[in-house]
Amino acid sequence: MALPLKYNFRNVIVRWRSTLATVLGIALVVAVFVLLRALARGIEASSANTGDARNILVVRKGSQAESGSIVTREHFRTIQYLDEIARNERGEPIISAELVLIVSAPRRNGTGEANTLIRGVTPRGMELRPQVKLVDGRWFVPGKREVVVARRLAARFAGFEIGGVIKSGQDRLAVVGHFDAAGSAFDSESWMDADEARSIFDRENYSSILLRPADATAATNLITRLERDKRLALRAEREVDYYSKQTMTAVPIKILAGLLGTAMSIGAVFAAMNTMYASVASRTREVGTLRVLGYSRRAIVLCFLIEGALLAAMGGVVGCLLALPLNGYATGTMDFQSFAETVFQFRVTPDLMLMGLAFSVIIGVAGSLLPALRAARLPVIVALKSI
Amino acid sequence: MTVPNIVTIRDLTKTYQQGEINVTALNNISLDIEAGEYLTLMGPSGSGKSTLLHIIAGVDRPTSGECRVQGIDVTRLNESDLADWRNQNVGFVFQSFNLIPVLTAFENVELPLLLTRLSRKQRREQVNTALELVGLLDRRHHLPKQLSGGQEQRVAIARAIVTDPALIVADEPTGNLDSASTQEALGILQSLTRTAGKTVIMVTHDPKAAAFGSRSIHLEKGELVNE
Ligand SMILES: Nc1ncnc2c1ncn2[C@@H]1O[C@H](COP(=O)(O)OP(=O)(O)O)[C@@H](O)[C@H]1O
Ligand SMILES: [Mg+2]
Repeated sequence: MALPLKYNFRNVIVRWRSTLATVLGIALVVAVFVLLRALARGIEASSANTGDARNILVVRKGSQAESGSIVTREHFRTIQYLDEIARNERGEPIISAELVLIVSAPRRNGTGEANTLIRGVTPRGMELRPQVKLVDGRWFVPGKREVVVARRLAARFAGFEIGGVIKSGQDRLAVVGHFDAAGSAFDSESWMDADEARSIFDRENYSSILLRPADATAATNLITRLERDKRLALRAEREVDYYSKQTMTAVPIKILAGLLGTAMSIGAVFAAMNTMYASVASRTREVGTLRVLGYSRRAIVLCFLIEGALLAAMGGVVGCLLALPLNGYATGTMDFQSFAETVFQFRVTPDLMLMGLAFSVIIGVAGSLLPALRAARLPVIVALKSI
Repeated sequence: MTVPNIVTIRDLTKTYQQGEINVTALNNISLDIEAGEYLTLMGPSGSGKSTLLHIIAGVDRPTSGECRVQGIDVTRLNESDLADWRNQNVGFVFQSFNLIPVLTAFENVELPLLLTRLSRKQRREQVNTALELVGLLDRRHHLPKQLSGGQEQRVAIARAIVTDPALIVADEPTGNLDSASTQEALGILQSLTRTAGKTVIMVTHDPKAAAFGSRSIHLEKGELVNE
């Protein structure tokens, strides 16, 4: 029924001079499309990786982010001894009152300063986040002006290497270690002792409380109890829910991916159309010959659609190959709630590459539709006469 | 001995509308062609030779009249039936060979067979037989540009006969060939009529080419003339 694929393939190759620009153009579009999606994936993965289903995060009612929240010491004392809270083997309640601050630090690449988050944590806070692991140096000593920063963050900010110094006003924090937070949101943070942080940054209160309820019933009870207590004006929610709401930051990137993808793909469709029109024009006699041999109009349409798809798929493959080296590459983007720089990893996954490839094929088919119809509409005789 | 007619043409007329004026390419032609004939179609340029050939081969349609090939009135077939009919019943040889440049000799000859139900193996056998018949089996993996004009035309003849059609039409097949290649190509067409029982209809300008045929007819201004 149809012409062999090698016929289309060789035609694309033979015409490489006119197809190369189109292939590269489509490659670029696919690369951008895949990378933007990979970034959105990274952001989602980071949030998804962050929460522990058993943990509950308490912030002030109305606060969008921890850094803008205030939880008083009195709040902490009230909550600390509630029955619902689980206790560790030493009988201590598993609860951590923490301070989240924003400091400005110079970027390594010399493009000025950006905000970054410093979290004052407690030993319980570290127990609550087992995904955060020291990978280099040592942990901070409580009571000392020491900080351990995320390794991914260290790659982006000057002075964040071990032995480096983070400056904030008059204060200086010595970087003594690097941790890895397994792609979670903590990969965008620097951690220090909570009480030391309050004293250095002169804060009376905390930003948030992270705790572990004894069981699921306790969790539900605690959430309703805190919600009901109007005096406290606190909001308690599962850590997972809190971070999945932060995933909203991936939305602008997805919108950007959509807009940019649409605009660029329209361009790519026209490029493909141009190439395919030229291809049809230079092959009218060939089309006439095929028709004389018995190939139907439908076979001709199919032939040029396949050729356009093939051409575009080549671009798609090149585009995926262009995007692939950025897999795992970490980059920062502004978190729209804390205005702190958050680190994300591009995640170029096989299914994303397949999507990119499918996207390129759609571009190719859309671009070759009109040229293919023109080729099929040629009367056999006219096609035979044109030399 | 009575030989059945393979082509029966009755009152065939073809006019082209060119702006205001009507061009009559064929004027009320009636013609019978017997199976196994090697018919040459001669006449001055513009006399309607190609038009007649195209109508017989089912790539063009007359304005009026009837053209039966093996009993089937090809002027009444719809387009897709006509395409199938061409594939199964007519081999076409062009003046400028019309091989597909990106396909090898073998692949070019195989093209008409891809529309049939033949298996890969059967196709290979038929293609090889056709290429052998034109003496180019050893060139089957060559691209058209790696062949001489005469070889290209022989590949085209192999493509025309590979489906084993009863009728082979050729429109000035030697117009682009030197005299040695011309002799070769015409010899092959002639042997097809003599040994394989094919019917060949060939348009030519060249009286020496016409000498290969078993019968010659002349067209002038769209009409058959007797000599
Ligand atoms: N597509 C067409 N449109 C208009 N006139 C045509 C067309 N094709 C052929 N003709 C005219 O029909 C006549 C016969 O053409 P043709 O069959 O090609 O002649 P020949 O092959 O004998 O040289 C010529 O006058 C030619 O100009
Ligand atoms: Mg002619």
